[in-house]
This record gives sequence, structure tokens and C-alpha cells, in this order.
Amino acid sequence: MDDLLQEFIAETRETLEALSGEIVAWEASPDDRDRLDAIFRFVHTVKGSCGFLDLPRLARLSHAAEDVLAAVRSGERIPDTRLVNAVLAIVDRIGEIVEAIDAGAPLDDSGEDLLIAALEEGAAVTAQAPATIALRSPTRSVRLNVDLLDRMMSGMSDMVLARNELARRLRDDGADPTVEAALERLSLTVAEMRDTVTRTRMQKIDALFSALPRMVRDTAAELGKSVTLHIDGSDVELDREMIEMMRDPLVHIVRNAIDHGIEAPAERRALGKRENGRLTVAARQSGNQIIIEIADDGRGIDTERLIAKVAGSGRRSDKDLRALSEKGKLDLVFEPGLSTKDTVSAISGRGVGMDVVRANVEQIGGRIELSNAPGKGLRLAIHVPLTLSIIATIGVGVGDQRFAISRQAIEEIVRVGGDAIRVDMLGDTPAATVRDRRMPLVDLGALLGVHERGRAAAMLVILSVPGGSFALAVDSVLDHEELVIKPAAPAVMATGVYAGQTLPDSGLPMLLLDCAGLATVAGLQFGREIILDEAPEEAAAPEVSALLFDDLDGARRLVPLSIIDRIEPVAADAIRLSGGRLRLSVDGRIIPLAVQGTWEGRQAISVLRLRDGEAEIGYAIAEALDIVTLPETMVPPREAGPVAGVVSIDGEQVEVLDLHWLFATHGAEIGGEAPPLCLINGAETAWMKTFLKPVLEGAGYRVATRLKAGETAAVVLTMDEGAPPAHGHVPVVRLRRERGGGEAGGSIYRYDRDGLLAALARTAGGR
Amino acid sequence: MPQAPLFLIAHIAGRAVAIESGQVESVVDIGAVVPVPGADRQVLGLAALRSRVVTVIDTHAALGLPPAEVAATRAVITQVEGHHYAIMVDSLEDVAPFDLAPLSPGIVLDPGWRATGCGIVEREGEPILAIDLRALVPGLAAIAA
Repeated sequence: MDDLLQEFIAETRETLEALSGEIVAWEASPDDRDRLDAIFRFVHTVKGSCGFLDLPRLARLSHAAEDVLAAVRSGERIPDTRLVNAVLAIVDRIGEIVEAIDAGAPLDDSGEDLLIAALEEGAAVTAQAPATIALRSPTRSVRLNVDLLDRMMSGMSDMVLARNELARRLRDDGADPTVEAALERLSLTVAEMRDTVTRTRMQKIDALFSALPRMVRDTAAELGKSVTLHIDGSDVELDREMIEMMRDPLVHIVRNAIDHGIEAPAERRALGKRENGRLTVAARQSGNQIIIEIADDGRGIDTERLIAKVAGSGRRSDKDLRALSEKGKLDLVFEPGLSTKDTVSAISGRGVGMDVVRANVEQIGGRIELSNAPGKGLRLAIHVPLTLSIIATIGVGVGDQRFAISRQAIEEIVRVGGDAIRVDMLGDTPAATVRDRRMPLVDLGALLGVHERGRAAAMLVILSVPGGSFALAVDSVLDHEELVIKPAAPAVMATGVYAGQTLPDSGLPMLLLDCAGLATVAGLQFGREIILDEAPEEAAAPEVSALLFDDLDGARRLVPLSIIDRIEPVAADAIRLSGGRLRLSVDGRIIPLAVQGTWEGRQAISVLRLRDGEAEIGYAIAEALDIVTLPETMVPPREAGPVAGVVSIDGEQVEVLDLHWLFATHGAEIGGEAPPLCLINGAETAWMKTFLKPVLEGAGYRVATRLKAGETAAVVLTMDEGAPPAHGHVPVVRLRRERGGGEAGGSIYRYDRDGLLAALARTAGGR
Repeated sequence: MPQAPLFLIAHIAGRAVAIESGQVESVVDIGAVVPVPGADRQVLGLAALRSRVVTVIDTHAALGLPPAEVAATRAVITQVEGHHYAIMVDSLEDVAPFDLAPLSPGIVLDPGWRATGCGIVEREGEPILAIDLRALVPGLAAIAA
């Protein structure tokens, strides 16, 4: 009888887990017949088993739920929210009782009558969601030692190897057809068996994710928030042991994201975000790791508050904390006993903090990475080592060795030859051209020292790695295999090019290549200009972001974002007319303030604190609106003033602030001597602006692409080609594309930083 | 009186050594070894031991000795930090209980042997160097003396 009970408990748990997604889906669309049927089947099965096992309470609950669901199925009742809630309450209760039976703990049966009563048509009582969180016993119902599973798996592999050996010998001896048919049958069975046995150890990560929809729904409902959950990568397979270990950390992180991260709907509306918070949980395999990402679009982590909390606890001094890097500050989340939430809710803030989560993850050899975008959200990535996993691979051969490559990383496989696919030497660096793409080439054999450098490549495997793609030259491409990958010994992993080892059916060990590792060891650098020589030119002039705001005079204006140090609300009385001009007291200092419109009489105003590198001025505005891309075409104003021009944003005319005028007018008394103006002109101003502007500004020049009225440039910088426009008597420094030759022909190679600055200094007579 | 620990007497690079039996999982003949390009010299390669992949350690290289003239085929399997290693040995003798004594004062081992030597056992008057297999495995965190 005990065995039967255990089986019932296990089965109910399994079904409940699988069902939780269905329940949420049913709630969203109560008319969905399939969902309804699934839930009906569940309560029906429970009822059936209960009668047999003599569990009267469960029988009563499931019977009541079944009756109601049957009525819905036959169309006698409409599944409204109340009914759905009542059924869910029953399902929850069934789960609790099952856990209680398993734990041998008594469970109070009060309230069950209410739950059943709530199912009645027109029942006034709303079923109270049970307050207790279901006790989940840490083990699954079928308790199996992991060692036993491992032995089973190795036994299985031994069997496969023995089968292969037998097949080889029979083939060599020319066995008769009946024996071969028997062997064929054996092979089939063995293959099926192996699949099954492997699955006993491995589990789809879906097992971890399937409980999330329900949990997110409940947590969000409890907190009065609304959250949309996206799940991705449920197919990734993971060691069962790992899945069990990940369960609690994941639950904690998800709850945290909803409680701390995602704002209440009203707050989100005010911030201009969608009312529905977005939570994404995704799993993927990368190299020798599984990465589980939990991302929300909430408020992110406020490091300032974090520091205040930690400093407030007295463990570390405020000064120490402020000296930390941004990452170090973020990592304070993992300080023990920390809750940035000021109020303790039932969901989190119960003293079990991220420190426990991190400890759990580290216990299985994983780590947690945070990337924080204050105000925009938090992305948390759990990296778990691949202890054991099944990966679809392609086998490649170099020399007489075979290696496996994860199919996920492979873009395509091509044979060298013809015009479409060629391998060339650029200096001593090989490069592959696959159709119109040029990419670096890594010769696997040479990299691993299997054969000499410079051998002609036969096959190219195009691999994508973070940042780019590269071609891996191999001698041959073998077959496709699903392999059980295990970690290799430290001495092997130390090479940096392997992700793990495996034992394929051949009986010879094989290594899985780590594609990103190969790129690193080969010294490939992505995202730099070395790959494609023309890439920098092709890079479009970077878009300039600008802040759209309502000014005090009611006009809508723009100011480039890069100049804004910060936006601050200030009290109106911090603004004074003193010493002949408007000034703002802020942070114990006084800065000049530019105003268009009237500020008197306003309750609160915001101040843009603008900084040109040296001087700082404030610009009072009514309200910051949005961040937009500054259009390239700007209509100039009729005369110089606070407005540099007018642009069109969504068909509306918007004035752009003239920073130069503002600083010239308001910042002059603070800033030192005006820096010499370097005018960028002629062809390729976009390139020069992108590449040279920071260099020039760093060297003490002010850089402009056009002269404002009344300005004279100290020097004009231009490209060699094309006749540069005349600039009167202003000296001109020319740049050229060709390398070498110093200042030959009166021009300077454009990447010769020192030469360029020296020439500018000479011609401008400046610094 | 507690039982004296068991030691496996083996020959490595022409010398007799004693290996504490607790470190020895099994003694096997190693078949085909698949090289691991790029790895340290001590890593001879990978071998399949039934369904398990073991990392084969070239004992001569690990001890800093010149390569053996005749390639060894026997190996002692040991498990370190969850990974299985096959430590190649020339030959194996027997297993017997011995008392482990510290190295006599004044005896300084050659650099290659120094890390692995952990004491002396005495067999019928003949002193044999007891070794710690873990010291032969490359790429581990430093092992406490």
C-alpha cells in the first residue's frame, strides 16, 4: 500500500507541476477547451486514486472540483473569474495535502468547506487563497542515488561499445543474414535504451521553468502588479541534479524581480513605461556553460541606496563603499542580510537575501553576473558549468585527430574552391572570403600544432562567436552526432580551446572545441578595425542624441545629450539675481543660470546642468520630455542667440539650443581663455568628427564643423582630396589616407596622431 | 593497534615507488591514447576506460625526466577533484601493508621527485620512496604539503 501511496504522491506532484502552466493559460482564456480538459483530467485522476487509497479529504475536494468542471464542460456553467479562482484554490489545496501526506505532517482541514462552498454557483464567499506556502520536500518521489544513475549510464555506454565491437567482428567474418538481423534488432534496442537511460540523468530545463508562469502570476497578483513572462530556451537539457539545485535560487530571483524590480502599474505609467512589466527568463548553452538569464524592465538597482543601506548597517564605511567600482557597488547586493526594500513584504525582504542565492549558485560551481540599467531594468545571468549535457555536434578532422564542434556555433560549412570561397594571405595573416564576407581564418591544425602552418585549407567551418565570425580551416568534416559532454580535467581545460570531452560510439575519446576560446587563443580581435580595412569609413556618423524639453517660455527645445551633466529639480528660491545676473546655488556652489522665460511663481523647476569640460552653467527648464535623435538637417536662425537652429521632430518645429552661445554668454567669466577653434572642413567631416574630435578636444582645441557668426578659426583641418574651401588667411592642415612619408606633400597621414597634433600646434600657433 | 596502511609497489622510470592504496582506484592496461594538442607535456592524452574518459599522465614528463625508451602501457587510475587520471607506470609488483616513515633527515630529493615524494616505506630492509599521485597531476591548485 505504501508503494502505491508513494506513486500517487509522485504522480500528483508531477502532474501539478506540469499543470501549473495550463492553469494560468486557462485563467487567461477560460473558454479554452484543451486547458479545461487537462485540469478536468487532473482532478478526475486524483479523485479516482483517492477512493482507491482511502484519502477522504482529497476525494471530497477533487470530487467537488470535478463536478464544477464537468458542468463547465457541458456548458451548464460559465467559467468566470470567481469560478476559476475557486478551482485554483482547490488545486492548490490538493497540492498542499499531498505534500503533507508525504511529509507525514498533519494539515488543518478547516477552510476546506469554504473552498468547496466557493465553487457553488453564485457563492458569495470568495475562496481565500491558502496562506501557507506548500511545503516542498527537497527530494523527488523516486529517490535514486546519482551514483547509481551514473553507473547506469556508464553501463549503457559499455554496452554500446560492446555492440560496436560485435558488429565489427561479425562484419569482418561475413556473418550470415539471420545473425545480422538479430544484431540489427539488438542495435535498435540498445539505441532506444541509451536514449532512455540518458534522459534519466538529463532533464529539459523546462522542468525548472514550467512552474514559473503560475508563480509569476501569483506573486504579481499579491503585489498588485502586472507582469508578462517570457520564457525562452526550455529545450536546453541539464543535469537533473543541477536542476534541483537551481530551483530555489531561480524562484528567489524571479520573486525579487517582481517585488523589487518591476514598479507598480501607476508608477510605470508615470515613467512612460508599459503598464505590464516584462520579465524574461531564458536558458542557453554557451561554450562549457549553461546561462540562465533573468531580465526585467523594472527600476534596476539603485547603487546609491545600496551604499546607504550597507553603510547604515555599519559593516563598512561610506568612504570605502564609494571608492568601489561600479561593479563592486552592484555586488553589494550580495551582502548578507541586506534588503533594499524598506518594507518587508511576504514575497521578499525576509532576511533570505541574494547572498544565499549566490552561495547556492557557487556551490554548484556557477556564478552570477549582474548588468544594471538604473531605471530601465536589471539583467541577471546565472552561469552554470556544464557538468553533463547532451550537445548536438559536428565532428571535424585535422591530421588523424577528430574534434567535435557544437552545432549551435556553426553558421555554415563550405568547401574551399571556386570564386565564391577563397583563402588569401594578407601579409602573413590568412583571411577567408566566403561569397561577399571577408573574415579571419584560423587553421585548426596549425593552432593545435597537429600540422605545419600554411597548409592549404580544405574545408571551412564558419563559426560565430561573440563579436563576429571566423572561419576555421579543417581537413574534413565528419558526421553529426549527439554527444554526452562532460568536463575535462583542469590540465586539458587550461589550454583554453576545449569545452569538454566525450566518448562517442567509436570508443575513442573526443574533445569538444570551445569556439570562443579558439578565437581568443588565435589572437582574433573583433570589434576593431583590423578585420575589414574599410570598416571605419563605412561606419555612419554617430547619431547625436538630444533631450527634448519644455522650456519656461513654453517653447519646445532640444539640447544635445552629451553636454548634460545631469538634470536636477531645484527649489525656485535657489535662483537669485545677484551680481548682475541669474545664479543658482547648488551643491554649495554658485553657477550661472541661463533662463528663457519666467521662473518666478513656479513651484518647482528642473535645471539642466551643462558642462563643456571646464565651465558649468545651469539652464532652467519646465519639464524634460524625451530623448530623441537629433536630425541632421537644421535650419539656421536669423541671428546668433540662444537658439542654434530649428529642426523637425515628428513634423513639429523644435529649436535647438546653441551651446556655444550659451557658454560664450553665460560661462565666460568662469572658463579660462577660450581655446583655439579648429574648424573641420571639406570632405569626410563625418569621419573627422567621429575620430578626431575627441583627440583634438583632448589636446585643447575647440572643434566645429561650421563657423558661427563672428567666429574665426585658428586652424582648418581638411582631407587632402578635393579642393578645400577657402578660408581667407586661416592656416590649413591637410590629412591624407596613405600611410608613411611623414609630412610629405604638405599632408599628414590621418592616423598619425602625434604628427597631426604637432602640425596643428605649429600652424595654429597654439598649444 | 590500527592496521598498517596498504601500499602498492610499482616501478616508475626504473625506480621502485610505493603508492598508498587509498589513492589507487584500479590498475589497468591503457589502450589507444588520443592526444590533446596544446596541453602540457605531462598530459599524454585521453583514453577510454570502459565508458569513462581518463586523462593519461606521462609520468616521465611529470617528474621532469627524459622520455621513456619503451612506452608504458600499464597505469594506475586515481581520482583527483572529480576527474580520473591514468598515471603511467613501468610495472607493478604487489600490495602489502607498510608503515609510512618520514624521509630521513638530510635526504634531499631531486627536483622532479621532490614534489611527489612524501615519505619512505621499508620492505625487507630496502627503503622505497612513497609518492603522492596528486603531485603528478598538472593543473591542480597547489597541494598542501
